[in-house]
Parts: sequence; C-alpha cells; structure tokens
Amino acid sequence: MTQTRNLGADLPSQQFENVVIRFAGDSGDGMQITGSQFTHTAALLGNDLATFPDFPAEIRAPAGTQPGVSGFQVRFSSSDIHTPGDRPDVLVAMNPAALAVNIKDLAPGGIVIINTGQFAERDIAKAGLKSNPMTDGTLAGFRKIEIDINDRVKRALEGSPLSPKDIQRCKNFYTLGLMYWLYSRPLDATVVWLKDKFSKKPELAEANIKALTAGFNAGDIHELFQNRYEVAACTTMPPGTYRNITGNEAASIGLVAGAELAGLKVFIGSYPITPASSILEQLASYKHYGVVSFQAEDEIAAICSAIGASYTGYLGVTSTSGPGMALKGEGMGLAVSLELPLVIVDVQRGGPSTGLPTKTEQADLLQAIFGRNSEAPIPVLAAATPSDAFECAVEAVRIAVQYMTPVILLSDGYIANGAEPWRLPEIDKLPRFAVKFLGEVPEGGYLPYARDDKRARPWVKPGTPGLEHRIGGLEKAHLTGHISYDPENHDFMVRMRAAKVAGVRDTIPTPPVVGDAQGDLLVVGWGSTYGSIASAVEITRAKGQRVSRLHLRHLWPLPAGLDEIFARFKAILIPEMNLGQLARLLRSEYPRHDFISYSKVQGQPFKTFELTNKIESILEK
Amino acid sequence: MAETQALTKKDLKSDQDVRWCPGCGDYAILNSAQGILAGLGIPKHKMVFVSGIGCSSRFPYYMNTYGLHSIHGRAPAFATGIKLANPELTVWLVTGDGDGLSIGGNHLAHILRRNVDVKILLFNNEIYGLTKGQYSPTSGIGLKTKTSPMGSVDRPFNPVSFALGCGATFVARTIDTHQKHMEATLLAAAAHKGSALVEIYQNCVIFNDGVFDGVAEKSVRDDKTIDLQPGQPMVFGKARDRGLRVEGFDVRVAPAESADTWRADTPSAGPAFVMSQLDADPTMPRPIGLFRRVAAPIFNEGVHAQVNAAIAKKGAGKLRDLFYTGDMWEVS
Repeated sequence: MTQTRNLGADLPSQQFENVVIRFAGDSGDGMQITGSQFTHTAALLGNDLATFPDFPAEIRAPAGTQPGVSGFQVRFSSSDIHTPGDRPDVLVAMNPAALAVNIKDLAPGGIVIINTGQFAERDIAKAGLKSNPMTDGTLAGFRKIEIDINDRVKRALEGSPLSPKDIQRCKNFYTLGLMYWLYSRPLDATVVWLKDKFSKKPELAEANIKALTAGFNAGDIHELFQNRYEVAACTTMPPGTYRNITGNEAASIGLVAGAELAGLKVFIGSYPITPASSILEQLASYKHYGVVSFQAEDEIAAICSAIGASYTGYLGVTSTSGPGMALKGEGMGLAVSLELPLVIVDVQRGGPSTGLPTKTEQADLLQAIFGRNSEAPIPVLAAATPSDAFECAVEAVRIAVQYMTPVILLSDGYIANGAEPWRLPEIDKLPRFAVKFLGEVPEGGYLPYARDDKRARPWVKPGTPGLEHRIGGLEKAHLTGHISYDPENHDFMVRMRAAKVAGVRDTIPTPPVVGDAQGDLLVVGWGSTYGSIASAVEITRAKGQRVSRLHLRHLWPLPAGLDEIFARFKAILIPEMNLGQLARLLRSEYPRHDFISYSKVQGQPFKTFELTNKIESILEK
Repeated sequence: MAETQALTKKDLKSDQDVRWCPGCGDYAILNSAQGILAGLGIPKHKMVFVSGIGCSSRFPYYMNTYGLHSIHGRAPAFATGIKLANPELTVWLVTGDGDGLSIGGNHLAHILRRNVDVKILLFNNEIYGLTKGQYSPTSGIGLKTKTSPMGSVDRPFNPVSFALGCGATFVARTIDTHQKHMEATLLAAAAHKGSALVEIYQNCVIFNDGVFDGVAEKSVRDDKTIDLQPGQPMVFGKARDRGLRVEGFDVRVAPAESADTWRADTPSAGPAFVMSQLDADPTMPRPIGLFRRVAAPIFNEGVHAQVNAAIAKKGAGKLRDLFYTGDMWEVS
C-alpha cells in the first residue's frame, strides 16, 4: 500500500504539520458554509491556512449530478504555507457525484468519508455512474469511512419541529461536527455563528447546533478512525494580530482604507458579476465609513457613475470581471482623457465571453494594459494573495490620486474567494497621501490642465467658486483644457499622458528576488500564481537547485531594475493561467532576454507539483 | 459674498465660441436656459452641466458653470454619480434623440425610474446631426436618410411616452422657436424635485429642416398644438375656441367651454400617456407643456439618508475598526 503522507491509522503520531480537507457535495448541501466554518475555527486556533472554494456557476444545478458538485478545500498548518495544497488528505463526499468528481485528487492513502445515505442506485444513476464507486474498485488505496449521515441527522433531530426536508439540510453541520472531533477543534465559534446567523429563526439555529454536536459526539463512528489528529498553531507567522480574510474582503477594506489615507470617501458604482459581486456587497455595508454605493443598471453606467463621483471629489471605484471590463473600456478611456482618479477592480475569471464565471484565470492582463481605443495608458497592478489585495488596493488609490489617473487592480476568482490569515496593519505605519484639492484661483490664473511634478493636473471640486471649467472626452489643449484639434497639441498630449503613467515607475520599488540574486533559473510571476510559485521554489531550492523567484505587483508600468535582474539568471520561467501574456509583454519590453512561458488555462490554479516538475525539467536541460 | 450676487445671462456664457450651424435650434435653447438659470438664485459654481455625444451635447462647453462632456449615451450615469457624490450641486443634463433614446436609452430609463434630482433636456430633432444625417430612434417611418435611402422602416420612440413608461415624475415638451413657452417649461423643470425630463422639439436646419413645421411653425402653432398646463382647461386654437375632452381612454375635440381641466398629478400616469399618444393622430393637436408632475422619493436623498442613518447608528467608521473587527487572534 502507498505510504500516506501524513494521515492514517497506521501512523502512531497524532500531531500533523498540515492537513488538507476537501468538503464536496451538491450545490445545495452547504459545502461552502461548512468549509468556511472549518476555516474560521482553524484561524481562531492560530493555524496558517489557505482555502480554495470551487463551485459551479449554476446556483442549484440538477441535484445529484456531477455539474452540480460544489467543493471547498482548506489547508491548515502549524507552519507557513502558500497554497491550499495540491491534494486533499481527507475528502468528504456527500453523494456519488461529489465522490466521482473529487476522488482523483485525493492523496494516495487518504481518507474518504462517504455519506452512504445518499448512495442508493438512483443516486448513482443521477451522478451518471455505471457502477457503485464504493464497490467497483474506485476507492482502492484509500481509507474508506462509511457513514449514513442522512439517517444520523434524522435520528439526532428526532422530535425537532423542522420538516424532514429541513432536517436533512442540517447534514453539513453534522459532518462539520465530525471533522471538528477528528481534528480536535472546538465547536464554540460555529455555535456562535449559527446563533447569530439564525437569530430570527432560533429553531434552525438549535437544529444545526444539535446536528453539529451529534457529529462531534458520534462515538461509534469515532471508533472507525481509531485516532484523533491535531495541528498545532502556527508559530512562525510574524507577530501581530490576525484575522482570516478573503481577497474580495481585503480589496474592499483596502479601498476604504486607501480613500481614508487620501482624505477621501469612496463612491462605488458597480454591477453584480461573478466573482466580483461581493466587493459591491461589502462596500454597501460600509455606509458608516461614508461609502456611497450605487448598484448601476449596467457595467457601463457603473464606471460612468464612478467617474462622475471622482469628478465631484470622491474616490470613484468600480468593480467587475472580464466581460464587464470589456464594457467599461470606453469609460476608462474617458477617465484617461479627463485625468481623474478612479480605481477599477477586475476580478478575473475564465473567458472569453461568459466563459467559466466561477473559475479562475489570469487572461485579462493584456486587456487591462492595452484594451482601449487609441493611446490610453493606465497603471495596472495585481494582487498576489487574498491579504495582498488589501495592500494593492491601498497602492491603487495612492497611484490614482497622486497621478490623477484611473488605475486597474487585477485580482482573480482564486484570490477573491480564497482565504488566508491577514496580519492586521498598524494604523500609524500606513502610507499617507492626502489629496489637496485646488480651492481657489492660483497665482497666474487657473489652468485645468496645468501639471505638477508628477505631471498630474489639479483636482477641483465642482462647487468651488471661481474655478468653473468644462472638461470632456474631446482632445484638450495643453494647460487650458479647451477643445483642441491642433495636430501638434494632440501629439503633445498623447505623449504627456504616456509620460505621466510611465512616471509612476519613479514611486514603485523594484521587487525583491527571493532566493539567490543570481542563478540558473528565475521564476517570474504575477497575481495569484504567487502561492504555487513560492512553494515550488522552496521545494526545489531545498533540493539544492539554484532557483529564485520574483513576483510582480506592478504590471504597468513595470518597475525599474528588471533588466539587470533578468541578466543574472541563465533562464527565466513565467507560469501563467493564460497563454503567456506576461511573457509576451516582457519579451517586448526586455527583448535581450529569453522568457520560457508555462501556461495552464483550466480554470484551476497551478498545483505545486506541476511547477516543481516544470522547474526541474528546465534545470535538467 | 459673491454667492448672493444675482447672475445675469451674460455671467453664464462661457468664453468658448458657439459652434452650432447657423440657424440651429440649439442657439435658442442655450439662450433660454442661460436666461432662466440666471434667475434661479443659484451661484454658477454650484451648477454642473453634463452631456453625452452629439450636437446637443456640446452645450456644457458654452455654459460658464462646471461641465462634463462625457461619452455617447452615458450622461445619465455620470449625472447620477455627480448628484450622489454631491447633492448640493444643481445638475442639468443635455442629450438628444440619438444620445438619449438610442445608445443611452437604458441609462435614460434608469435615471427617470430612480428619480435622481437631475434636470434633463432632450433635444429632439429626429435625426443624427453630428454624424451627418442618419435616421434616429425618433425619425418618422418613411424618412429618407443616408442610411435609409428607401425610407425608414424603423418604428420611432415617442420620448414622452417613453419617459412616462419609465415612471418619470416630471415630463414636459416644448419647442425651440417658442421662447416664452420654453422658458416657462424650463422654470417648471428647475422647480421640480426629482428627475425632470423636457423634450424640446429642435429643428436641425441641415439634415431634417422643418420636421416639426406642421405643428410647431409659428403660423400654425396655436391651431396644431395644445398646451397642457395643470389646473388649466385644455383649450387650443388661434381663437381659443376648441378644447379637449377625455372620455375613457379616448380624447375628443370639443368646444372650448366643455374642455376638461388638465391634471398632471393624477395617481396614474394614464391620462398623460393617453395625451402623449395623440402624436400619432394627425387630426388631433400635438400636446406640449406639462404632461406629468408628481412628488416621489428622490434617489439621491434616499441614498444619503441611509449613509447618515448608518453613521448615526454605528458612529462614523474609523480605520482601526475597519481592520480590527470580527474574530481575531494574536501571534507573538
């Protein structure tokens, strides 16, 4: 039998450094809640953690079918981790479809917990399976724990006022209780959450708490495992106060914080789109921070309203995903021409067109940098991890207000929904970049398109006496901002806008090379490939390979110093969840270097082993 | 203080040369707007003119106020953002039949539905002017243009019916050549709390000259139009001898003394809609004036009431609370 990595009854130790669990069930089975609650409790116990929710675009695909399977993977650890793990050590499968979809990922020798209450012949047929995976050899090499969760929940909630159907909806909390027992976790945080969530429906809170407790106390099941496991708190994380955070939460908080650091209030004009909607939702709940949130009639109105708000002196923000980015293109061009601050958050998803709404991808990079008519330069940055979305949002606001420009912040579905511990910032260490609005006619007269040392024009709030002026999308004369069709002026203004955005380079750092300053291979990444790259480089370095890595936060303009860094490595590898967009960009910007593109466009993040294999195959040559 | 000084029409003229075609109806509209705005007692730095793209949308450049000439069809979205961000500003929006009803139809519908406190001037010339003469969403069936050489087969929008269908709280129609009526209509719009849509019949001398002559030309105007004014009998004609009676969903011409009194604030927009549909009947006078004027909750006020209520309830948010909230743990 294959040796299990870190789990199994034959292992004497109950302590593990890290564990990966995947909860999988029907879209209506509450797997996302189950996973989030497990994550929440792990965070409170001080584990480092990373999550990967993976769910279909349909809210409730036909029950029991493979397209309707929803999964949530959580990795929790007593040491620093960068990814939610390549393979689960434990798979919880609530029905045959969930088992069929996920079993191929389970680590050899891993535990699979199966809800046999959902394994009748018709359930197997619904999953499109020709035979019962419990008996047809599918589970060979795994430890199989069979539990009729349907029946157990029914018995645990005997006498409950809930209908049989509602009782069955408590299955996920029974399962969660069982996993809490297995990994020696307390129930408290989830009990508190349930009481709060169902404060208006105490009978539902009570039933779910009962199910949770019953799962935790199911002694006869526990015998099947023979062991309980523990994962200690992570002590290698930098000291500080932490909370668990998803990428969209972090971006939302970062936008409000960034605005505050600029002395502004946020206006978000947005339109619901997966996987960006929760940014609008979160900001709508920040009204007491003075946030004005506006759910517009479409993507175009969303960005246009945000530009209107920026014109008025707010920090205009709009959030979207790829199809919405395409619609916002003309608005972005106007913001470039008006030279007003604006933050556009693009939470990328699989495309083109509607593509894979709930799956992740990094294929909007070139759209973000170049996807507008004419010469319309916009600074672009990308978050690397969920908590990094906070820092990137603050940085996006800084660039927007200091340079009077729209800024695009790229995130993706993996970052948006994934969670990790966030070390809370110390307030007095945050950067400050207070905006100074022009409040009166300056000496020499008011010129709407005069420029400061960053080539930024003055920001004037309508309502300021004496500074009435008109701006628009027609080309403007240098300084006065009047309509101008003069050929020389147009050439001048096109170059001026380009130079202004290129000038952002002066205020961004050269990203550090992690590993040795020179060597055989440099892995260059951007966005959410960060975790997989960091893990793969760690692993290959531990084997003695001369591999280093560099992660780009600023994609446009690119930071200074890259050319020199690239020159110090024999080869440069760029893994991306697209067909090599950064590689293409770097080839054109740094033509004297060769870049090896490694692309994967499956709607799924890179697995660490895929990257380690790639790195090793390059180094073997 | 400068703010309290009364403005003159001249104060509202910007230093930019007006570049509409000689004889364009836009000049008269600009002139009337500057005239009535000067008298509103609002300082010019508190006025913002927003527009989209098209001939009419050059309007903001000629107003010595704040102005934003945006992109095609989207002016309502910019205006909504401006009004939400700073409700203190007086926001006017200038659009045309192509900008407002074709590419921007969606946004126009939604600003009216929401009742954002923005005054909207829709210059209707039933043609695309700035792109040099293609049929528009208000062009009549059969209109021959460069893109409809055999005559348009595209059924037109009725801007007033459209606005009423959107739930607009103020809908009016006036005529570029009828200065007195236009000024009164613009003043009524300015006084309205909420979205106000004024359709202005505007003659394009180059590409659709005389399109409204049949009803709006001075010599026929009194006979061919009926001016709807709340509380006034619906009387028309040079001799003011004819009137309109509403019978069920029908409108009939009757002697002036038996004309009904017009009400623009009925619970249902039905009467206004019935009036707007008279356009299709060449035997009936064309209604102008005030179709609808009702009070309704104003979007920007509702949004800010919620922001204020949240601050009153939770206290003004502080950065520290933004970060240090929910379940946290310490690593030492």
